[in-house]
Amino acid sequence: MTNNQQLKYMNLTLKIWRQEDSKAKGRMVDYKVTEISEHMSFLEMMDVLNEQLVNKGEDPVAFDHDCREGICGMCSMYINGEAHGPDRGVTTCQLHMRMFKDGDTITIEPFRATAFPVIKDLVVDRSSFERIQQAGGYISVNTSGNTQDANSIPISKHAADEAMDAAMCIGCGACVASCKNSSAMLFVGAKVSQYALLPQGQVEAADRVRNMVAQMDLEGFGNCTNTGACEIECPKGISLENIARMNRELMKASI
Amino acid sequence: MALNSKIPEGPIKDKWTDYKNHINLVNPANKRHIDVIVVGTGLAGGSAAATLAELGYNVKAFAYQDSPRRAHSIAAQGGINAAKNYMGDGDSTYRLFYDTVKGGDYRSREANVYRLAEVSANIIDQCVAQGVPFARDYGGLLDNRSFGGVLVSRTFYAKGQTGQQLLLGAYSAMNRQIARGKIEMFNRHEMLDVVKVNGKARGIIARNLITGEIERHSAHAVVIATGGYGNVYYLSTNAMGSNATAAWKIHKKGAFFANPCFTQIHPTCIPRSGDYQSKLTLMSESLRNDGRIWVPKHIEDAKSLQQRKMKPTDIPEENRDYFLERRYPAFGNLVPRDVASRAAKERCDAGFGVNATGEAVYLDFAAAIERYGKTQAKIQNLENPSKEKIYDLGRAIVEEKYGNLFQMYEKIVDEDPYKTPMMIYPATHYTMGGIWVDYNLMTTVNGLYCIGEANFSEHGANRLGASALMQGLADGYFVLPYTIGDYLSNEIRTGKIPTNTPEFDEAENDVKERLNFFINNKGEHSVDYYHKKLGKIMWDKVGMSRNAQGLISAMAEIKELREDFWKNVKVPGKLDEMNPELEKAGRVADFLELGELFAKDALMRNESCGGHFREESVELDGEQKGEAKRNDKEYAFVAAWEYKGEPSAAVLHKEELEFKDIELKQRSYK
Ligand SMILES: Cc1cc2nc3c(=O)[nH]c(=O)nc-3n(C[C@H](O)[C@H](O)[C@H](O)COP(=O)(O)OP(=O)(O)OC[C@H]3O[C@@H](n4cnc5c(N)ncnc54)[C@H](O)[C@@H]3O)c2cc1C
Ligand code: SF4
Ligand code: FES
Repeated sequence: MTNNQQLKYMNLTLKIWRQEDSKAKGRMVDYKVTEISEHMSFLEMMDVLNEQLVNKGEDPVAFDHDCREGICGMCSMYINGEAHGPDRGVTTCQLHMRMFKDGDTITIEPFRATAFPVIKDLVVDRSSFERIQQAGGYISVNTSGNTQDANSIPISKHAADEAMDAAMCIGCGACVASCKNSSAMLFVGAKVSQYALLPQGQVEAADRVRNMVAQMDLEGFGNCTNTGACEIECPKGISLENIARMNRELMKASI
Repeated sequence: MALNSKIPEGPIKDKWTDYKNHINLVNPANKRHIDVIVVGTGLAGGSAAATLAELGYNVKAFAYQDSPRRAHSIAAQGGINAAKNYMGDGDSTYRLFYDTVKGGDYRSREANVYRLAEVSANIIDQCVAQGVPFARDYGGLLDNRSFGGVLVSRTFYAKGQTGQQLLLGAYSAMNRQIARGKIEMFNRHEMLDVVKVNGKARGIIARNLITGEIERHSAHAVVIATGGYGNVYYLSTNAMGSNATAAWKIHKKGAFFANPCFTQIHPTCIPRSGDYQSKLTLMSESLRNDGRIWVPKHIEDAKSLQQRKMKPTDIPEENRDYFLERRYPAFGNLVPRDVASRAAKERCDAGFGVNATGEAVYLDFAAAIERYGKTQAKIQNLENPSKEKIYDLGRAIVEEKYGNLFQMYEKIVDEDPYKTPMMIYPATHYTMGGIWVDYNLMTTVNGLYCIGEANFSEHGANRLGASALMQGLADGYFVLPYTIGDYLSNEIRTGKIPTNTPEFDEAENDVKERLNFFINNKGEHSVDYYHKKLGKIMWDKVGMSRNAQGLISAMAEIKELREDFWKNVKVPGKLDEMNPELEKAGRVADFLELGELFAKDALMRNESCGGHFREESVELDGEQKGEAKRNDKEYAFVAAWEYKGEPSAAVLHKEELEFKDIELKQRSYK
């Protein structure tokens, strides 16, 4: 809470996508919320709306969320035309109402893509991401208790840090929702890069990149045309460099 | 029923090896005919599911999120302990074992903790082989940091996202098995009951959270790995969906619940800012390495801060009370979590809180910035550096160490913690209590196992930092796969478990009846209304400081609230659709029962130990005056509660704790 400052309250109009289930036709519906504190998170504002709807006996707005601290990747709202809303480097749950003004109208939609069908209201089905990971997002090592010592292969700090930067992807899908082609290259590139940068990932590198990319295409994600919108909207700062690295890996794999 | 912890005979360091040498095994061909259900795919359940599938069992795994990668383990920041002794600072299996037992205030089972310390090194090897990008030093070797309450550096980490990276490792191992068809993954499914046939756990009833369909799943054994119950307080650092339903349901079917009152309240969380607050955010323990905790010395200054007539930087050094340094000169700001939390509460209760709600203390980095700045100036040979220069140099160091946490704080609070001290307050974080299990991690129900935060086992009355991740992965990768095999070796002739039996009918009917009630009850109040009320009772009377009178009234109030809930709760929507309010209703209904047992356990345990502080049990004089007083004569046992129709009617079973390898001692941080 800010010192020396009066609390600011806002009245807002929300235009929200409502859709009963995957088969129903959706539509935008207007709602009003009042006395929203600037210190609320965006999802706490949505809680206020839902409490209001429940008390009136109406169906609350379904949305995905869990950790509410920007790490689980559940939350997924498309707010005023941007995945995760107007702030940079944050997920929907980390967005705060101080980014908005009294009297604003806020448009809230689900992440849209052919490969992310709507389940209900703002909840989408991201199991296409699961299937891409299942196609090769792993290193084939069994749990045995006699794996070689963790320090037996030194890894340069630089490579380890870079692998970590790629591994920070939370699988939210904002990159897909922001892309005019609904491409999943940033998401897939991040996983391919993490393993490509580590010695443990080398053995299966060629198969991995081929299989993951093939599955990505099969799921109906679009092509990358280098617009870079994904990188801008990615809450975890996953860099386009990962897409370039994936393309290089793919080239290597096809030689 | 007498509790049998099934601890193997022999010296502590040989128990686990001897045990593994003598258990029954299942041959690979037979494993193909055995099904195992794993409920929960966080670190514990995810690692168990992957390993059991690798061994050849057919695994069905369940999670309420849309992917195993989203379990709350993902949120763990700080790190994972392992006795690798890579730093050469004298670490060993014994030392990790000792630290964990002492840190837990001597309320855990020695044999289990020793085994945990023993397998800890394997965890790091396994994770590195999976491609977990742990932090490394310039020589390319793994780096370690130190955590509270110990004298060695044994914590492995991946930036401030260790839990995420470990979970993604377990998730990748699961994905490999899902692709091979050895794990069938049920995302967006919630377990609503366990099914017992002839005394053995044989399956579960689950709700498909997309369609609302009620499903039956059978198996030869069931593993519960559903995490902790901190959300009984409504506000906690847990995820919104974290719940006790699976654990509570198995408790009602015969699994004893152990030490429910052992809960960890973490000292450094971002304070509440208003009634709309939905969750609390942790600021890593590592901050206490450099931050100094204080409140004003004078009550008038505190009043001015509360009314925002004054800024913390207006208060001169001599008018600040660094209360941890004052009370605990030896450990200062690095006392264990339970001690730090209570001290902050004591100051705030006395009126010295520093924000509008009076529930916050400062965590100040100004001294650290200056100290680092001066050192840097020396290193760079700057003569008479200006104040600004020192600040800039120091700030850069602090930024390198804690930059992501400072940024997270600023995003939430909208204040720059480099310029003005952070405000922090304790919040519910972790539950040491949970389902009672024996050495095999089996509950008091045959064939029903419980692992990870959901069980009670290794942390006694207080958990040390970076030990929960270690426990979850130890259970799932290295312990359960052996112990469950011993049990399943008797199941090779059983054949597939049918689901069209009266036991499944009955369990499914019970589940449906309850869901129907929620939808059809035309009540007045939302589920959150009840959850918030429960949270307030728990926090006020069963929180950081407890007394008999408060606990007795908490039990009565919770019971009353529960009765009101069952009359007046209002749940919108339908059964056969995605319905988050309906999901919450079931979870809160279970918290309303668990909360009462929690208070009952706290009332029974008339001693202060670890996170459980009874005002009646404090040192009355001497150097430790006013500090928590443990009572080993009367309470050196695990309290395992048996369900008897109502939480208040639960029957206590004691597992006496024997300390053969570690001497019982009072903790001192003075
Ligand atoms: C903010 C934070 C930071 C932490 N930092 C650290 C740290 O640095 N080091 C450390 O050692 N520990 C830390 N901890 C503690 C540690 O993260 C947890 O104790 C641990 O990850 C729990 O793992 P788990 O596998 O037991 O449960 P979880 O990861 O909570 O997983 C629970 C699983 O159960 C599923 N589930 C729950 N209920 C049901 C149901 N009814 N039906 C079906 N599925 C269900 C969920 O979907 C999920 O898959 C931290 C905790 C928090 C909250
Ligand atoms: S790359 Fe970024 S936007 Fe895409 S899924 Fe990962 S974290 Fe989300
Ligand atoms: S709710 Fe977990 S990232 Fe937003």
